[in-house]
Amino acid sequence: MAIAATVCAILVISHRNPVASALFLIATMVSLAILFLALNAPFLAAVQIIVYAGAIMVLFLFVIMLLNLRRDEFGAERRKAQRFFGILFGFLFLILLATAIDVGLSALGRPEATTEKLVPAGVEKLAELLYTKYLFPFELASILLLVAIVGAIVMAKRKL
Amino acid sequence: MLVANARENMVPLSAYLVLSAVLFTIGVLGVLLRRNILIIFMSIELMLNGVNLALVAFSREFGSLDAQVFVFLVMTVAAAEAAVGLAIIICFFRNRKSVNVDDLNLMKW
Repeated sequence: MAIAATVCAILVISHRNPVASALFLIATMVSLAILFLALNAPFLAAVQIIVYAGAIMVLFLFVIMLLNLRRDEFGAERRKAQRFFGILFGFLFLILLATAIDVGLSALGRPEATTEKLVPAGVEKLAELLYTKYLFPFELASILLLVAIVGAIVMAKRKL
Repeated sequence: MLVANARENMVPLSAYLVLSAVLFTIGVLGVLLRRNILIIFMSIELMLNGVNLALVAFSREFGSLDAQVFVFLVMTVAAAEAAVGLAIIICFFRNRKSVNVDDLNLMKW
């Protein structure tokens, strides 16, 4: 699943056609959802499929189709130097992240105490947490979504 | 490099973290290399997904659900960001007839 996610992610950024990129991004998200299932988080897996692979990617595809790009706009010109430096700094960044993970994990040690304390798989605990401890961020998120809806309509509408 | 996990029959935390880092780096590469603003947007989504994976992996590792709530909120913010961003792209395309970020220089000093 990890290999599938990585390959699809690479295809997302390397494919010339934006529609194909969006479809590969959906494949990446589905494989990530399966990984969430393996990580004992079924609610997040469902949300990943519904919200990401469903809503957001449909929005992406809709916009891509709506823009009705001409063929010559698919393969934008790339500068050689920018490409070289981009790949170079990308790999430097990966090395940086790998070092950070390595250092962090060795500093973390092996917490044996958490071995018995597994995350409960059901949604009940998550819902309880969401509506008690994290009630305020939850409400803020709903307001944010409302503002985003209004903002998107205001910007995308030709004239109000 | 990979730290062996004491727990058997479970994929170690480090594997998930490495995959998360790889996904994030691919997203960064997409932002750096591509000129199409739609692809750049998808790369940002890819980065958010990588971070989400790391958060869920940590959530399992420490037996805490707080990280999953955080992932839920990240997804909410990502949805809002995608809606507003795509509206901006539609506006931009309507004015400039292009999705190339090189044409996005109105605010350049």
